[in-house]
Amino acid sequence: MNLTLFVWRQSGPNEKGKLEEYEAKNVSPDMSFLEMLDEVNEALIKEGRDTIAFDHDCREGICGTCCQTINGQPHGPHDGTTVCQLHMRQFSDGDVIYIEPWRAKAFPIIKDLVVDRSALDRIIQAGGFTSASTGGVPDANAVLIPKPEADLAMDAAECIGCGACIASCPNASAMLFTGAKVSQLAHLPQGQVEAAARVCAMTEQALKDGFGNCTNHYECQAACPKGIDVKFIAKLNREYIKAQLKGA
Amino acid sequence: MILDGKCPTGPIQQSWDKHRQDLKLVNPANKRKFKVLVVGTGLAGGAAAATLGELGYNVEAFCYQDSPRRAHSIAAQGGINAAKNYPNDGDSIHRLFYDTIKGGDFRAREADVWRLAQVSNNIIDQCAAQGVPFAREYSGYLANRSFGGAQVSRTFYARGQTGQQLLLGAYSALARQINAGSVKMHTRREMIDLVVVDGVAKGITVRNLVTGEVESHWGDAVVLCTGGYVNVFYLSTNAMGCSVTAAWAAHKKGALMANPCYTQIHPTCIPQSGDHQSKLTLMSESLRNDGRIWVPKKKGDTRHPSEIPENERDYYLERKYPSYGNLAPRDIASRAAKESCDEGRGVGAGGYGVYLDYAAAIERLGESTIASRYGNLFDMYEKITAENAYKEPMRMYPAPHYSMGGLWVDYNCMSNVPGLFVLGEANFSVHGANRLGASALMQGLADGYFVIPYTIAGYLATITPGTVKDDHPEFKKAKEDAQNRTDKLLAINGKKTPTEFMRELGKVMWNNVGMARSEKSLKEALQIIPEMREEFWKNVKVVGSGNDFNQQLENAGRTADFLEFAELMTYDALHRDESCGGHFRTEHQTEDGEAKRNDEDFTYVAAWGSTGANSAPELHKEPLKFENVELAVRSYK
Ligand SMILES: Cc1cc2nc3c(=O)[nH]c(=O)nc-3n(C[C@H](O)[C@H](O)[C@H](O)COP(=O)(O)OP(=O)(O)OC[C@H]3O[C@@H](n4cnc5c(N)ncnc54)[C@H](O)[C@@H]3O)c2cc1C
Ligand code: FES
Repeated sequence: MNLTLFVWRQSGPNEKGKLEEYEAKNVSPDMSFLEMLDEVNEALIKEGRDTIAFDHDCREGICGTCCQTINGQPHGPHDGTTVCQLHMRQFSDGDVIYIEPWRAKAFPIIKDLVVDRSALDRIIQAGGFTSASTGGVPDANAVLIPKPEADLAMDAAECIGCGACIASCPNASAMLFTGAKVSQLAHLPQGQVEAAARVCAMTEQALKDGFGNCTNHYECQAACPKGIDVKFIAKLNREYIKAQLKGA
Repeated sequence: MILDGKCPTGPIQQSWDKHRQDLKLVNPANKRKFKVLVVGTGLAGGAAAATLGELGYNVEAFCYQDSPRRAHSIAAQGGINAAKNYPNDGDSIHRLFYDTIKGGDFRAREADVWRLAQVSNNIIDQCAAQGVPFAREYSGYLANRSFGGAQVSRTFYARGQTGQQLLLGAYSALARQINAGSVKMHTRREMIDLVVVDGVAKGITVRNLVTGEVESHWGDAVVLCTGGYVNVFYLSTNAMGCSVTAAWAAHKKGALMANPCYTQIHPTCIPQSGDHQSKLTLMSESLRNDGRIWVPKKKGDTRHPSEIPENERDYYLERKYPSYGNLAPRDIASRAAKESCDEGRGVGAGGYGVYLDYAAAIERLGESTIASRYGNLFDMYEKITAENAYKEPMRMYPAPHYSMGGLWVDYNCMSNVPGLFVLGEANFSVHGANRLGASALMQGLADGYFVIPYTIAGYLATITPGTVKDDHPEFKKAKEDAQNRTDKLLAINGKKTPTEFMRELGKVMWNNVGMARSEKSLKEALQIIPEMREEFWKNVKVVGSGNDFNQQLENAGRTADFLEFAELMTYDALHRDESCGGHFRTEHQTEDGEAKRNDEDFTYVAAWGSTGANSAPELHKEPLKFENVELAVRSYK
């Protein structure tokens, strides 16, 4: 099939960007979206033109590196799929596709479709851990965890940190991302001791970096390639109130 | 030269404890005076940087991605081994040790493997304490499953995302140290050179991938944790950015490269769908727990799998290896798949595929049980192939997956260049000629959490911190070399893209240095690779500039390094005139097509030294001694 692409091109963080038009020719339905862009880039090289910069690495939907808004939807039209796992069979001959970077104040653009997501690392650094230094921990089976709790912790832990939740949110809120980490640890005995301090520190850091608040649009859950449930935002709020009551 | 692995002597059971006792310590007040550079923050590097930070060293860590959470360790699916023996099914440190040595076809060092098996138990404890949500039984105890090459259930897992969860555990430990100020993290940096002063590693040169700037960083020790090199095949299960670049830079500065020909081809990957393909996707080995592998008995049978009756199917692994069946080790399972396809019995377009069938398991256990065990893998399969594996069998074909070879290190994980340590997939140490499933995660974390914190002290205690800094002329020279190479790449302005070269190289490596190798195929590759390299430096086209974010330049640099490394890998494969594990020389096979080792002549590690561009590498041997296991013919029948 043949497609028309409008791709956001911006040469640097402080430059002005704009949508530019490209043709993608002879696209096979078995290609992934990124392979389609690879081919466009190969053609650009042959013409001596600068290629479209986009982030990617594992290309199997787990590292969270790829991040593109396709026709207004972070990670594109297929539910529960990252851009790298999106396949061209989702599109038809003659389609016009708009490709843009994640847009959020906390994610400055580096080049074209590449953004700086280090703010997400800073949220984790603020408290997304247990303070278990290497060595000196009990036998893994000394602390039992009921299976339903372990499963809930795992549901939350599936977050790949791509930032689609933020890109899709009208407030650019990081509450699904933060809530997932807070909930994972709150569902495990190992995370209890520092729970109050953790939720306060992580929430504060998110505000500091310019992420907004949640006003219940739930776009985040719809955009999340891993289907992380908004119930973890509710859990985040409960943990936060609990911490406030404790005076943490 | 004969190399000394500096392994402890005496009973192997006490070797690591005794060695730890003998190692020097660095006084707590002095630790912060030592700057340690950790390159790579996957499982090995993330664990190392976090732990060294906790201990009080002044750590700086580097990765090429935008966050340490994205290292390729994240993609590991199936699980991590440990000798806990929780299921009471006969496991022990000794058994894990033995299985790993045997799985590696008797080409690994005993002492290193023993230590790995010993600390495997600490890893599970550590990860559980970090909040890694391992799978649990209803009783609340940890669950285990079985994996290839073992007859016990010793694999711990977190759904189909074990690597992700373990990496996020290490990443969170690292985040805690970054927050505490003991680790400084440099993301989007690619190491392109090792700085060696008077024969000792003293720092690195990196390219800032955002600004293009070449930076110098000094350190009292450099710890390389930069992963494996199977992207030399272009199509592999590794992430697009995985490369040999950092290891190759170290090699060119004097570090020996050991057993580069030992590469693992994983039996269960989704077959290639066309020439546009950029990578191959692995389907976890855990699938072989419940799935049955088969091909039609008849050649060129194009019927739909559901129309092929039971008695016309060949469950070849169950037939050939009755005691391990579908759980035969990877090298064996991969070769058996290739054989079936080469005989014309392969399935799917092009005939390069075998079936992995769940019908029997679904009938026995129900679809929901299968979904809870492998749901995410079935989903992934459907996204890529648009086929529903609950309804029809998956199609699988082997793909390059893991590098057992790597930089040579001694028992302390230090290379022959003092001050340069190498951990995880980047070193050669424990897997011999074939790695068993669920043991790479184990090795990465063992090296990072439990080995390097001890052994690095033994080295640092013998040197004075901060004697060489980045104002030393060697740093300036390395920077100039890097700049010159960038300028040269950009100036060629030829006709072929870096990806085109990489694809071509990958094809040669796969056809000539892949699952089956012969003197003829290897000699042919040794003819082609230098020609390709020459063409690359005359005809590559790299667009963009050297002063900003330029992914084409990154690609070109990695391709240039692979074009050099590929030759060494082929050279090693030609020199190793035997078959062992993943290294299958067609000249050396038993009557029924199994790998035939030559213990008399090849029971050694081949560690190659660089002698400069376009000149033959120099071979150093480290003899392997087996005192605790008997060298035996590896049989899984
Ligand atoms: C799809 C897949 C599934 C797997 N499943 C399993 C499994 O179930 N069980 C198991 O035990 N093993 C599994 N493995 C193997 C295992 O995941 C890897 O061997 C292991 O995670 C490697 O860890 P590492 O820390 O050595 O390297 P990596 O995780 O690859 O990390 C390398 C690090 O080095 C950095 N780096 C690389 N080059 C440079 C450079 N030049 N400059 C700066 N930084 C650099 C990267 O940024 C990264 O941080 C699997 C592998 C794959 C590919
Ligand atoms: S590239 Fe890793 S999730 Fe898309």
